[in-house]
Amino acid sequence: MTRLFGKHGWVIGLAALLALLFLFTRLIQPGFGASGLDSLARATLPFAFATAAMAVVVIAGGIDLSVASMMAVAGVTAAVLMDGAGTGFSVFAVVLVLGLGLVMGAINGALIVVTKVPDIVVTLAMLFVWEGTALLILNAPGGAAAPWLRNIVVGSVIFPWLPKAFVVLLICLAVVWVPLRRSKLGLSIYAIGSNELAAYRSGVAIGRTRIAAYALCGLFAAMGGLALTSATGIGEPIPGPYLMASVAAVVLGGVVLGGGRGALLGPIVAVFILRLVRMDLTLLSVDPNITTIVEGSIMVAVVMLGGILAARARS
Amino acid sequence: MTSDTPLLHASGVSKRFGAVVALKDASLTIKKGEIVALMGANGAGKSTFVKVLTGALKRDNGTVKIHGADQHIGSPGAARRAGLVPVYQEPSLIPDLDVADNLALGNTPVEPFLHWVEALGISGLRLDDMIGNLPLATLRILDLARALASEPEVLLLDEMTAALPTDLVEKVLAVVRGQADKGQAVIYISHRFTEIAEICDRATVLRDGETVGDLAIADGVEDKVVELMLGAALGAGPAVAEASARPTGVPRLDVHQLRAGTRLADVSLQLFPGEVLGVVALEGQGQDELFDAIAGMIRPDGGTMAVNGKEVRFHHPADAIAQGLTFVPGDRAEGLLMQRSVHENIALPMLARMRNWGAIKMRREASKVRDAVARMQIDIRAQGEVQRLSGGNQQKVTIGRWIATGVETLLLFDPTRGIDVRTKRQIYGLVRELADQGAAVLYYTSELAEVPAACDRAVVIFQGRVVDVIPADRADEQTLMRAAYGLTNAHEVPA
Amino acid sequence: MSATENIPRLTRMGRFLRDYPIIPLIILLICLIATLEFLRPGIVNERWIGNTIKFAIPLAMLAACQTLTMLTGGIDLSASVAATISAFVMATQVPIVGAPLAICIGLVPAILIGLVNGFGVAACRVHPLIMTLGTGLIATGCLQVYQRFVIASGSVVPEGLAWLGTGRTWGMPNALLVFVPFAVLIIWAQRRTGFGRLLYALGSNETAARISGVRSWQVYLALYALSGLIAGVAGLIYVGLIKAPSLSLVNPLLLPSVAAAVIGGTSIFGGRGGYAGTIVGALILTVLGTLLTLMQIPEGARRIFFGLIILAVTTVYIKLTDQS
Repeated sequence: MTRLFGKHGWVIGLAALLALLFLFTRLIQPGFGASGLDSLARATLPFAFATAAMAVVVIAGGIDLSVASMMAVAGVTAAVLMDGAGTGFSVFAVVLVLGLGLVMGAINGALIVVTKVPDIVVTLAMLFVWEGTALLILNAPGGAAAPWLRNIVVGSVIFPWLPKAFVVLLICLAVVWVPLRRSKLGLSIYAIGSNELAAYRSGVAIGRTRIAAYALCGLFAAMGGLALTSATGIGEPIPGPYLMASVAAVVLGGVVLGGGRGALLGPIVAVFILRLVRMDLTLLSVDPNITTIVEGSIMVAVVMLGGILAARARS
Repeated sequence: MTSDTPLLHASGVSKRFGAVVALKDASLTIKKGEIVALMGANGAGKSTFVKVLTGALKRDNGTVKIHGADQHIGSPGAARRAGLVPVYQEPSLIPDLDVADNLALGNTPVEPFLHWVEALGISGLRLDDMIGNLPLATLRILDLARALASEPEVLLLDEMTAALPTDLVEKVLAVVRGQADKGQAVIYISHRFTEIAEICDRATVLRDGETVGDLAIADGVEDKVVELMLGAALGAGPAVAEASARPTGVPRLDVHQLRAGTRLADVSLQLFPGEVLGVVALEGQGQDELFDAIAGMIRPDGGTMAVNGKEVRFHHPADAIAQGLTFVPGDRAEGLLMQRSVHENIALPMLARMRNWGAIKMRREASKVRDAVARMQIDIRAQGEVQRLSGGNQQKVTIGRWIATGVETLLLFDPTRGIDVRTKRQIYGLVRELADQGAAVLYYTSELAEVPAACDRAVVIFQGRVVDVIPADRADEQTLMRAAYGLTNAHEVPA
Repeated sequence: MSATENIPRLTRMGRFLRDYPIIPLIILLICLIATLEFLRPGIVNERWIGNTIKFAIPLAMLAACQTLTMLTGGIDLSASVAATISAFVMATQVPIVGAPLAICIGLVPAILIGLVNGFGVAACRVHPLIMTLGTGLIATGCLQVYQRFVIASGSVVPEGLAWLGTGRTWGMPNALLVFVPFAVLIIWAQRRTGFGRLLYALGSNETAARISGVRSWQVYLALYALSGLIAGVAGLIYVGLIKAPSLSLVNPLLLPSVAAAVIGGTSIFGGRGGYAGTIVGALILTVLGTLLTLMQIPEGARRIFFGLIILAVTTVYIKLTDQS
């Protein structure tokens, strides 16, 4: 029991913090219940996917600044394809968009491996490239989401306080992550992030693993884009504030910048914490702009703390 | 396969890095059931040879045969598949994965692994222990157990017993010998003669990238090995400098029981003005940490330092510089602004302080730089970018930087590594000149022949402790080499 | 050892380009102008040149932030926000406190942003890209809050700034009166002051600088504060040009400012480059902008183009400097 606690102490602490925040929410808003949970889960969905995407590459010892832009590309592609399409084709469109995400991520990864330019520079350049691509696909917000995609995240299942969006998130992440985590590829991703030399000496193919990690990042980003389109009902070519939010959630979630540490669970709990803080501030009828400032400050503080911790770990 | 066919036979292996020849003609033969020690002084090409054998580097020429068949080993994975499994000095386990995951990553069977862990004297290991939380000694044992569990044809152990406590060393030696008796072939790299005498059958000696001897282990083999490692250089060293009488008075630098990291255990030394004090040590005996701590690059874990009798504590190299301690690191790439000019490199320390951030007095700076360039005799034909200079000239720039600001105490870490003979002579001369002008110089060198030429006395460090202090007139290579290998008994160790 | 012989031609060409990036850049600029003249004969005249310079100046000033931070291996993605805040705060303060004081007040938040960046980069070792992105986000929020307090008082762009931004003397824009001394100062400072040299030193090899006694945090803190100040001034000039302060005034210049510095030969990894190249880079991008508009290239393609330029230039740079 104590071992379990030691290993997952950070995540357990985060979960406790989340529970406290829920209590606090109940205090300031006694009516907070199923519908509140539902809207929280729906608002969190794209952030959660962005965070998962970022978490995978950070675990592999990299970073991907183009996450938000890839989400935009996926979102507008889905919206354009689904505009006026039948259910059958819209399912096909979803599959296509997921494939597109894998390809975009793999391109990022391959460019890093082939050009040997640092990941942060490559993905900065690709941030602009994907942003431009989204604008070329859809010049202004438009398109439409298939009705089933819109409904898939609305309401609850089984229990009234279990939001559908939350279940969708868990299923999507679990389908990709659970089989991967213990597989050779999953272990290799951790290995190259933790100690590249040791990984190389243990026989891990560094380049291929890195490309795979970025491809996974692209896949999660595509899910995020779909979630975005499903939430708004249209495609939005301008990337949202997901880059900074995902970096902050990843750091807060116990994934050390520099790689090797952490998993998906921590960042996902962290992203709920960050969203709930925002929701509470709104409930307290704080000016939404001040909410943005507070949120930004929390994120920057988290990243700064993460920077100090990473510097400590290095020395 | 007849029992005479060697299991592994490498011959004529060569490797160059640009202009530097790391391996000229290295060879090694090992049969079933043999333990062969691979030996060589610093820079003899041992680690390059190991990297070639294990696929971390591609050889330029030569053959590596396993079971008599040519092998092209292109990566560590390929080496493993060919049956050659190394255990490196730094454990190649992933710190952020637990034991079970590390085994899965390399497809290592769990049962035999646990058997070996137990046999090697580690108890209470759990498969869900995180590697990063385990002590270094345990990790090295796990790495060895993992290698044994994969049932390699040839096991390569690089300084396997370094950082291990005595009881574990005994277990490891017993297991390795036992495996060899059952037919396992082992390449054993070590600085420790006692261990080599205990378990090895033969010793293959490298010098200057060449295999120069292959000796059966017998009584008195140490002297022969030392002789082979030193080669023709023996007795033909440069003239001994006029060793000044042992200085007295207040030491410029007084280091007392300094301790840092895993390797620097307990070093005390005194450096006097007007003296060049040599530091002699095999690779990785704590000398890096010693210099880093004195230069303010790292904070020591224990012990004290005093400059001119006043105790000091450094938080940043700038603190050390303020006390007159100036550092020339071993790796030139670490000390130089490779893309910048000779001028900018030499002038750098003059601008470091905030009060010098303003307009540069160009004429004054230029004259100081010119003086340093002249004094160091730097060839400035390619001065636009330091990376275009030869190694010797680069080294002169790193030293010249401190000449320009005025030297009090100079910390030189292996300043002559990989540079030509003429520049080496110039550096000896310069060091002597500086000392004669009252500077104190701490001089680590990996080339033993330099000690009598450049130093007044030498402290010998082995396993993080001072094992001997030898005055220059007695510091012939053989004495130094024996001392560096911890074989001291000729002299009394001074207090 | 003769280090100068037996070098492949490609490497030698690379070295030439690295040592004198200005020459090929100016040739490129002339080629672009020639293409423009070819596509639309008569477009290149005194008026066009004045206009191009006028629009290149704020870009070049914002690119100074990128150049200086890139010399140390950093970047300043909050520069556009700092510039916007400066411009907006100044314009809204003019009706309340008058132009001279408003200009001073306007520069305060820009410097503050820079100081926070410097603190994060220097003390917490956060990557400058992440740090400046974060402060940019917070600053945007602050600006929106601020706007609600001054919404009633309205905004005025002072005469002087408008004169600087849009006016001309003998056909040349008045902004040159600020820009020329500014550029001379930066180019002088990067080579001839201790601070400038330390920027190159930190970007070239931080360990070497440390060994030489440089306390890097002091340099980073000063650098990012300076970057904030320059961004603020750029914002003031830009609002003089556009004459309509808004909450996203300078944001479209962020990406081109990074691209201008990269094209101008400043290494994004630090240690090499300089402001002179950046100025030509800003001119090239401004002309290129005209060209793309003329060819009716959509905004999306432009961004892709800028992204690919940054990637291509850095890749070529790495290939050329790969000494192994």
